[in-house]
Amino acid sequence: MFTTKKLGKYAIPSMHVDLDQFIPATEEEKAYMVQMRPSSTFFKDGVKRLLKNKVATVCFFIIVIITLTSIFLPMFWPYSYEQMLGITPGRPVDPSYNNLAPFEYGSTEQELIAAGEKVFPHIFGTDAAGRDYFIRIVYGTRISLAVGFFASIIVLIIGMTVGSIAGYCGGKVDLIIMRIVDMIYSLPDMLMVILLASVLSVSGLSQAIEGTALAKIGANIISLFIVFAVLYWVSMARLIRGQILSLREQEYVLAARATGAKGSWIIRKHLVPNCISVVIISTALQIPNSIFTESYLSFLGLGVNAPMPSLGSLASDALNGMSSYPYRLIIPAVVISLIVLSLNLFGDGLRDAFDPKLNN
Amino acid sequence: MLWYIFKRIVLALATIWLVITVTFFISRAVPGGPFLGEKAITEAAQAQLEAKYGLDKPVMEQYVTYLSDIVTEFDFGPSLKQRGRDVVDIISDGLKVSVKLGVTAAVGALILGVIFGSIAALRRNKLVDKIIMVVTTAFVSMPSFIMGSLLLVVFSSILGWLPANGTTAEGLILPIITLSLYPMAYITRLTRSSMLDVLGQDYIRTARAKGVSGWRIIFGHALKNSLIPVITYFGPMLAYIVTGSLVVERIFAVPGIGRSFVSSITDRDYPMIMGTTIVLATLIVVMNLVSDLLYKVVDPRINLE
Repeated sequence: MFTTKKLGKYAIPSMHVDLDQFIPATEEEKAYMVQMRPSSTFFKDGVKRLLKNKVATVCFFIIVIITLTSIFLPMFWPYSYEQMLGITPGRPVDPSYNNLAPFEYGSTEQELIAAGEKVFPHIFGTDAAGRDYFIRIVYGTRISLAVGFFASIIVLIIGMTVGSIAGYCGGKVDLIIMRIVDMIYSLPDMLMVILLASVLSVSGLSQAIEGTALAKIGANIISLFIVFAVLYWVSMARLIRGQILSLREQEYVLAARATGAKGSWIIRKHLVPNCISVVIISTALQIPNSIFTESYLSFLGLGVNAPMPSLGSLASDALNGMSSYPYRLIIPAVVISLIVLSLNLFGDGLRDAFDPKLNN
Repeated sequence: MLWYIFKRIVLALATIWLVITVTFFISRAVPGGPFLGEKAITEAAQAQLEAKYGLDKPVMEQYVTYLSDIVTEFDFGPSLKQRGRDVVDIISDGLKVSVKLGVTAAVGALILGVIFGSIAALRRNKLVDKIIMVVTTAFVSMPSFIMGSLLLVVFSSILGWLPANGTTAEGLILPIITLSLYPMAYITRLTRSSMLDVLGQDYIRTARAKGVSGWRIIFGHALKNSLIPVITYFGPMLAYIVTGSLVVERIFAVPGIGRSFVSSITDRDYPMIMGTTIVLATLIVVMNLVSDLLYKVVDPRINLE
């Protein structure tokens, strides 16, 4: 590469590059230098890792299928969750519709079938009040999922606000907030949840929301949300405060500050992207927790309002007729376990994929 | 160390005080007094009852009286629904049954959990390990009321082996199993992961190199160290068993403190609600404190703070 010049009797290597000694690369060699795959982002990397985790992928599809079913199926289903099939206006109650076994029909339906008409089957039969049990399960799943999802969002919003305030302000604000968090954290949560739920469900809440859009949701579910909002934000707040505290001291934040970055830039470019995976993961893991709590409270009779089913209240109702109709207990039990299990496993998969640091 | 213990005790006391206060004001905020449920009660009679139980005084005065009664005499006042009985008596009656239930479940969960966890760790990635992990995952994601109901269906409705009613000694078997399955599964997973951690340590390799037999390594070296994380689970386990016993006692009709708590909520029996909440909360807070301190005592390497 380097030419040598004769200077006297010594050959001294020169730093001058002689271009003649270079030959152009062949097409084959050029192709060798091309980057084989496009550069990958953090998100793409995470998704790739997640897809490699078969359990988490399967769980994700189970959740998607269950969610879509619970949202869209009631639109097409010929029965509704509160319609008592034995009751037609102007006629005496037809008891043949109550407590049907799966794929059995009530008396008027049998007449229709005898007349050659098609009647939509009651896949899981009907309950003691003559309501189609399958659609009640689907509807209950919808309620349970919705409660789990929105409760987690509430927890996220409150926890993130308080946690980032504590982490960012530091000093006395941090101290006071964290002592409050400590106290709420050491409260036995379930006992307090039961207490709050039992009080809120009988207090003036139902009158207060009457006539508004909230009345449709029911006082009990709203009180459930209040309970979550009051009690469950603390662990989220702790987590986010810890994240912000440690991120604030990172060298790259210092470097950004030294090069003159403004506060908003640091938050947008450094703090949020580094926090976001932890936040998403713990929100995802909060959902099954909330579903768990909701079903527990519904089981104790503190959950959703009466005609509306949730998986917990369906299981609770089924307890009375358990020896004759065990499947009515087993179906919601299986659905609840399936949802909680898949959400947990998916959340674990998310954590493994998106937060290598948190790996334990 | 002493400073840490002091701080923790202060926090625990503050928590208990918070529980008492929150419980008191929450149960007073409810509309509809405890006597509303009874039919045909004249206003005069209601006023008389309220005067008798001190419900007519200002709330702050009631609060101070209540607090001082608890602190000085451990007195939660009389029950409003079960006439002539003190809340303390009802609670202690219920606790006798519930403690039996809870302690048996906890001990069972601990022993079986440690055994299964160790087996899973030693047979890592073998069939036994996989079966144990699948089963415990299922148990962990099943709410206690569903577990209880399913056990009830299978063992007492279908098979008819055990009674569905928890009033007899035999009837306590199913509630105990229900309560212990979740902690057992959890302890199994905890023991497995910490055992795997310990088995990878240098001193285990040294012991192995010295020619110590497999079983001695496990019982002499590995088990003791892998049990440390399990100790931290004592507090949460008790909290789980307490809240789990509320539904389990409802399902199996066990005459314990959980059932009387649930029924006192529907009856709106203030002193009973408050008394039970305070007793159970204190139990949980104290257990959490003990398990945290024990953790420190057992493993001096753990850094306080």
